[in-house]
Amino acid sequence: MSQADLSLGGHSTSAVIEPPFSIPTKKLAMWLFIIADTMTFAACLVAYGFLRHGTADWPRPFHSITNVALMTFILLTSSLTMLIGLRSAKAGDKATAFRWTMITATLGIVFALLHIREWFGLIDEGMTMFKNPWGTGLFGASFFSITGLHLTHVVSGVIALLVVGVRYKSGRFNADDIEVVSLYWHFVDLVWMFVVPLVYLLNLSQ
Amino acid sequence: MTTVEGQKSGIGKDLVVYVCLLALAGIQFVIAYQNIDIGQKFTRMLSVACIEAGLAVLFFMHLWSEKRAFLIFVVVFVISVLLGMQYGWTDSTRMLVGAPFSK
Repeated sequence: MSQADLSLGGHSTSAVIEPPFSIPTKKLAMWLFIIADTMTFAACLVAYGFLRHGTADWPRPFHSITNVALMTFILLTSSLTMLIGLRSAKAGDKATAFRWTMITATLGIVFALLHIREWFGLIDEGMTMFKNPWGTGLFGASFFSITGLHLTHVVSGVIALLVVGVRYKSGRFNADDIEVVSLYWHFVDLVWMFVVPLVYLLNLSQ
Repeated sequence: MTTVEGQKSGIGKDLVVYVCLLALAGIQFVIAYQNIDIGQKFTRMLSVACIEAGLAVLFFMHLWSEKRAFLIFVVVFVISVLLGMQYGWTDSTRMLVGAPFSK
């Protein structure tokens, strides 16, 4: 029996304890984490907007959109591959679900490598956390903080995908676990939709 | 409808949402090269990003399929806190024009 079975005063009573909103506990926990993490990213982006709006010599160092466009395409595509993996898992097709989960993780790794390559490019141009050749040093601090926080989430997501995927294949995890990790992965994608316009596109050199 | 058919139709819907998201992301890149002031760019890009986020949350994260009470809880809670974070913009403008902060 999956629900609590209470015995009170010698009488056996079956008590059905419904989880809040009738959502499985693990999934609800992930949703609550996502809501909390939304606030973290929102606070970072609002603080960034505050600084950008209030600083006259804000740098615009990005010359090309090729790299960020490619990164966006990869991350959006990884959300689609995650969905295919989830649908396969729900349909009981373990091999396909595992394959698409691993494809998603691979796309995440490619995204992270492109991101790191971009960071090194900016560092080569003289940008650090506290100074850069183009204007206020606040730019480096906010850029590395926001993109670094996002990159940390991507790396954590890749690790989670690999662990859950392998355990799902071995039978220790089920489709619900794939769903929970997919929620997290879509959230990482969702955050990127705000990071791109605010941090990259508004800072394109014209 | 069999499981396989259901899965295929579901993937069809996912593909439509995916193409919409790609198109919206493309629109953001077009806005970036428009000859308009930074405030207008910001407003337009943020509006597109909000639409993208809405599509992703409702269909990729399947919030649309959850109970309505949960959907309302998430939307109302998140929007309230996000709106609450906007209180500092007036001070940001003060920084820009060099006006003293109120005592």
